[in-house]
Amino acid sequence: MSVTEPAATPGKAKDEPLLRVEELEVSFATEDGLVQAVDGVSFELKPGEVLAIVGESGSGKSVTAMTLMGLTRSPNARFGGGAHYQGTELIGASEEELRRVRGAEIAMVFQDPMTSLNPVHRIGDQIMEQIQEHEALPDQQARERTIELLERVGIPRARDRIDNYPFEFSGGMRQRVMIALALSCDPSILIADEPTTALDVTIQAQILHRIRELREETGAAVILVTHDLGVVADIADRIAVMYAGRIIEEGSLDQIFYDPQHPYTWGLLGSITRVDRARPERLPAIKGLPPSLANRPQGCHFRPRCPHEFSKCIEVPPLEARVKDQPDHRDRCWLSVDEKRERREVRPGEIGLPTKDEPEEAPAA
Amino acid sequence: MSVETASAPPSGAVEGDGNVPLISVEHLKVFFPIKQGILIDREVARVHAVNDVTLSIDEGETLGLVGESGCGKTTTSRTIMRLIDPTDGTIRFRGDDITKAGHKRMAPLRRQMQMVFQDPFASLNPRKRVGQIIGMPLRLHGAARKEIEPKVRELLDRVGLHPEHINRFPHEFSGGQRQRIGVARALALEPRLIVLDEPVSALDVSVQAQIINLLDDLQDDFGLTYLFVAHDLSVVRHVSDRIAVMYLGKVMEVSPSEELYTKPIHPYTFALLSAIPVPDPEENRRRERIVVGGEPPNPIDPPSGCVFHPRCPRATEICREVEPPLTRYPNGHLAACHHPLNVSPEEIKAAVQDATSPLSAGDELPSPSEGNGPGPSARRSAEPPEAPPSESA
Repeated sequence: MSVTEPAATPGKAKDEPLLRVEELEVSFATEDGLVQAVDGVSFELKPGEVLAIVGESGSGKSVTAMTLMGLTRSPNARFGGGAHYQGTELIGASEEELRRVRGAEIAMVFQDPMTSLNPVHRIGDQIMEQIQEHEALPDQQARERTIELLERVGIPRARDRIDNYPFEFSGGMRQRVMIALALSCDPSILIADEPTTALDVTIQAQILHRIRELREETGAAVILVTHDLGVVADIADRIAVMYAGRIIEEGSLDQIFYDPQHPYTWGLLGSITRVDRARPERLPAIKGLPPSLANRPQGCHFRPRCPHEFSKCIEVPPLEARVKDQPDHRDRCWLSVDEKRERREVRPGEIGLPTKDEPEEAPAA
Repeated sequence: MSVETASAPPSGAVEGDGNVPLISVEHLKVFFPIKQGILIDREVARVHAVNDVTLSIDEGETLGLVGESGCGKTTTSRTIMRLIDPTDGTIRFRGDDITKAGHKRMAPLRRQMQMVFQDPFASLNPRKRVGQIIGMPLRLHGAARKEIEPKVRELLDRVGLHPEHINRFPHEFSGGQRQRIGVARALALEPRLIVLDEPVSALDVSVQAQIINLLDDLQDDFGLTYLFVAHDLSVVRHVSDRIAVMYLGKVMEVSPSEELYTKPIHPYTFALLSAIPVPDPEENRRRERIVVGGEPPNPIDPPSGCVFHPRCPRATEICREVEPPLTRYPNGHLAACHHPLNVSPEEIKAAVQDATSPLSAGDELPSPSEGNGPGPSARRSAEPPEAPPSESA
């Protein structure tokens, strides 16, 4: 089986991006007007990297991911910008070209394992169909490969269960089948859209563990779309925070968690309840609601909810590196870095980072 | 259904301080029959959704009820509300047995027990205006027509919505706002108890915090008692005074809120805590986490002995055979486990079987000689209790 061989790009350096998204725009014409779901999103994905796209519902994170797969194409959708995957321009690609990329090069795991498998086909047949779509393999070999895949994602007695229907599996097992399906053609990019949101925590831990192992085995890059910052802290290398269709901050895991620059990011980090901290008097909540994508505020989209808004915020802040010596940490906020670092300490009634409590013991090396 | 039963001393549900809890259930069982057959339905099996649960909630307290899907937490909460009839057991409201109370007797009690549902999109009638939705309980309980509107406006204002939105339809609101409408409806009759069934799990994080703060304020202002049902242990930590952990229809552990997180006694609780990723990369890297293999078993045919034993890293022979009783440790911390974590041999020696234990449980208390020293703390878990079980099921 060739699954363990990472899809190496001949003649390219290791840190050459696998995927480059540039100024991606997605809008939908609806009865309520033009909904600008994605607005100038740019990012790069390097081989073997886990990029987490974080945001609340309606931030455009799923639309971004699905657009890469050509899944948002519809008569009322308009696209701009580009997404280059190893010589293929995904945004303007023909259905024919996309079929070659989808599944084989870029695969996707969807949120809801209950609805994303076909209920009237055996799971083995669904995986074999994808393998044989991309590779001319005889049935017996495709079947062996399917069993191997199911074993790899941790399905016990795979040989017996290959002929089961999706309803015979639990949620966690179905999500494993989805991952097996996604990995069946050895993709170099795995897009996981809220892969564990519908699952219980103990099962979530199993699935995340498996995704991490598989990434190490296959060297595939992962785009993880999620709203759960715990999952992000667990598995991501880099994070892009989205708000109302734009990336408002992007950086490494540690940069985002320990030196967040955008007030929305620190509000988000501050407002989550944590299982590892005693309860604070009151949760610092971000006031108000995310804006409607059909009617977004002028300038910085977070302006109406931001306690630090000032005159400059009426202009759209560009996504650029503002922290000294950290060119890969970019954000969209007009405040100076010093102002941000001072203001993000939580104050009563305001959004901010939780104050770090004293560690009870020396951190383990 | 008679009032006389109320005079019988409640068996065990009353906490030591002698106060009658606002609501309690004793040895509650809810089994759902699975029927099969043509013409005559034969009962072929039963889903053991809730299997001998004893809990009580004091006035003004928040009890968190947590567990994975299928553990029976929602069934328990709905049975307490008398939305599902129990197969066996007793439900008491202020000491009165309401297990079989009919419509007439329940009607005045319904005022005092309200519910907020998980899905703010499905729990509001899309054809009714907000004013009608919130005013409905008032109307049903005989408020005069002209009293209703001012009251609804007041409620809207109280939950942080604009009173002028009284004539809007639910679809004009976002998820968080709809959940506020659900809370306003629950508040309308000035209840004593509100059962919150996953009230924030359908909401975005920034909105979750708003709703949690709102619930907190309302509890302070009206002296409400909450039963907070959730699967998210971090949210539960934030709101609860006491927490009960359920697994496969049984109570595994009941603990004061903070203690559950710093000193979990039951291996299942520990596994649950350890499975939750912490939104802090350094902390995450430092934490060694155990991944419990497998999935919850089928509640149609629950395992013998301790229901967690097939997945438990500490399980031994006794766990397969004898159901552990709920054992009382210091601070009113109860756990049903033969091999408890985080308790000293002295504490084990002093432990007694609690009256809330399931009737089918054995008498065997954990023995201090087994070397159940202080186990790992979940916060910065040092070592897993034993070699981590293999991840595959």
